[in-house]
Amino acid sequence: MAIALEYDYFKPAELAEAVALKARFGAEGRFLSGGTDLVNDLNDESVRPEAIIDLKGIGALKKLEMTSTGLFLGPLVTFSELIDSRTVKSRYPLLWESAREVASNGIRNRATVAGNICSCVPCMDSAPPLIAYRALVLIRGPEGEREIAAAEFFLGPRKTVLKDDEVLAGLILPRPPKQGAAFLKQKRYRGEDLAQSNVAVLALEGKEYRVVFGSVGPTPIEAEKIEKLLRGKAMTAKLAAEAKKLVRKEIAPIDDLRSSREYRFLMAEVMLERGLKAAADRLKGKGPAYGTHLV
Amino acid sequence: MKKTITLTLNGETRAVDVEPNDILLDVVRDRLGVKSPKYGCGRGDCGSCTMIMDGKTVRSCLILAIEADGSEIVTVEGLCRDGLTPLQEAFLKHNAFQCGYCAPGMTLAATELLERKAKPSREEIQEAIAGNLCRCTGYTAIIDAILEVAK
Ligand code: FES
Ligand code: FES
Repeated sequence: MAIALEYDYFKPAELAEAVALKARFGAEGRFLSGGTDLVNDLNDESVRPEAIIDLKGIGALKKLEMTSTGLFLGPLVTFSELIDSRTVKSRYPLLWESAREVASNGIRNRATVAGNICSCVPCMDSAPPLIAYRALVLIRGPEGEREIAAAEFFLGPRKTVLKDDEVLAGLILPRPPKQGAAFLKQKRYRGEDLAQSNVAVLALEGKEYRVVFGSVGPTPIEAEKIEKLLRGKAMTAKLAAEAKKLVRKEIAPIDDLRSSREYRFLMAEVMLERGLKAAADRLKGKGPAYGTHLV
Repeated sequence: MKKTITLTLNGETRAVDVEPNDILLDVVRDRLGVKSPKYGCGRGDCGSCTMIMDGKTVRSCLILAIEADGSEIVTVEGLCRDGLTPLQEAFLKHNAFQCGYCAPGMTLAATELLERKAKPSREEIQEAIAGNLCRCTGYTAIIDAILEVAK
């Protein structure tokens, strides 16, 4: 119930101030945005910070807007804000579909995309779409800003490339390609749950495909063998069935509380097949409306 | 490091001293005396601690009280100061609750939905109340009641 740990609380109004605080506390300082992961971690004492640095006082981090380079997604943008954004729905439907699958409305009203990838638990829903869109992660530290591809951001369960004195300052999704997209997530029941497995599929013009699996390995997995097989080919039931056969060569699921390893394999195959069909159909302006549950 | 926070709770300005490790749910219940939000799971899964914060439903078991400084909070007590709302009347009519533990969360979740969308579909209602767990009713009567106000 009550948190037993004691720590200081800071709410800086500027990003530079947040970075200075983080540099001061290092690993003992934790950023707070939505808090839906952090407060749980404080409750069970899986983290024991000396300082909590609440980012919600920094207005610039709340931005969600199209720029000349693409969509800027501030680290304080919540899943509900993504779902409500027409721009995200029409131009980044893969991210939009994934946001709808996260937890429950009461959580989505607080939880942020940036927090989701910083927590970096393998079942996170945001990572596969960000990787599929070739998103860039903007990282600010005492020495300035650096950028890294989303695919490079994840090192292992609960481990990202962020150093102890760095903050995730934003995400940039490059200008959207013409696309058909599909995000599928298998849960124990419809409604709120963490993923047993998920997959993000993009069908692009020129018969290019991107396939990124989540929750079936320590970090998200871009299925390069499958993408290579599909490259240059029109989507057919036969081709999707061939792609399905490669799933076991791509992913490395485990048995855990939510699912057996074998069930994850089977569902990843089914979701890939349905996702490829839906994405290819949507690219042609057909197929089920975005937001339709495909599993 | 005690800090005085000020918030609007059901229309009244309230100030209270909190520690950085105080949870909003505990402060509202035990220090500010508003008891409709309940402790269920304490980890964001059940919805019984739901409050409306700055217009949106949140899980108050996952919010530090200190984060709520300056915010506007509404609980069921604030919804029905002038008598039951049509939604609450519908819940009564459909006998939607048994023990009532989930009722505050369900009521606020449905209120938020109906404010955003006057005529939600059954599926939208299900999505809006997903994550509000009811151990008694099987949900059907709750959904039927919300559908009736939505018409
Ligand atoms: S007590 Fe907060 S969600 Fe269960
Ligand atoms: S009426 Fe008892 S939990 Fe819903």
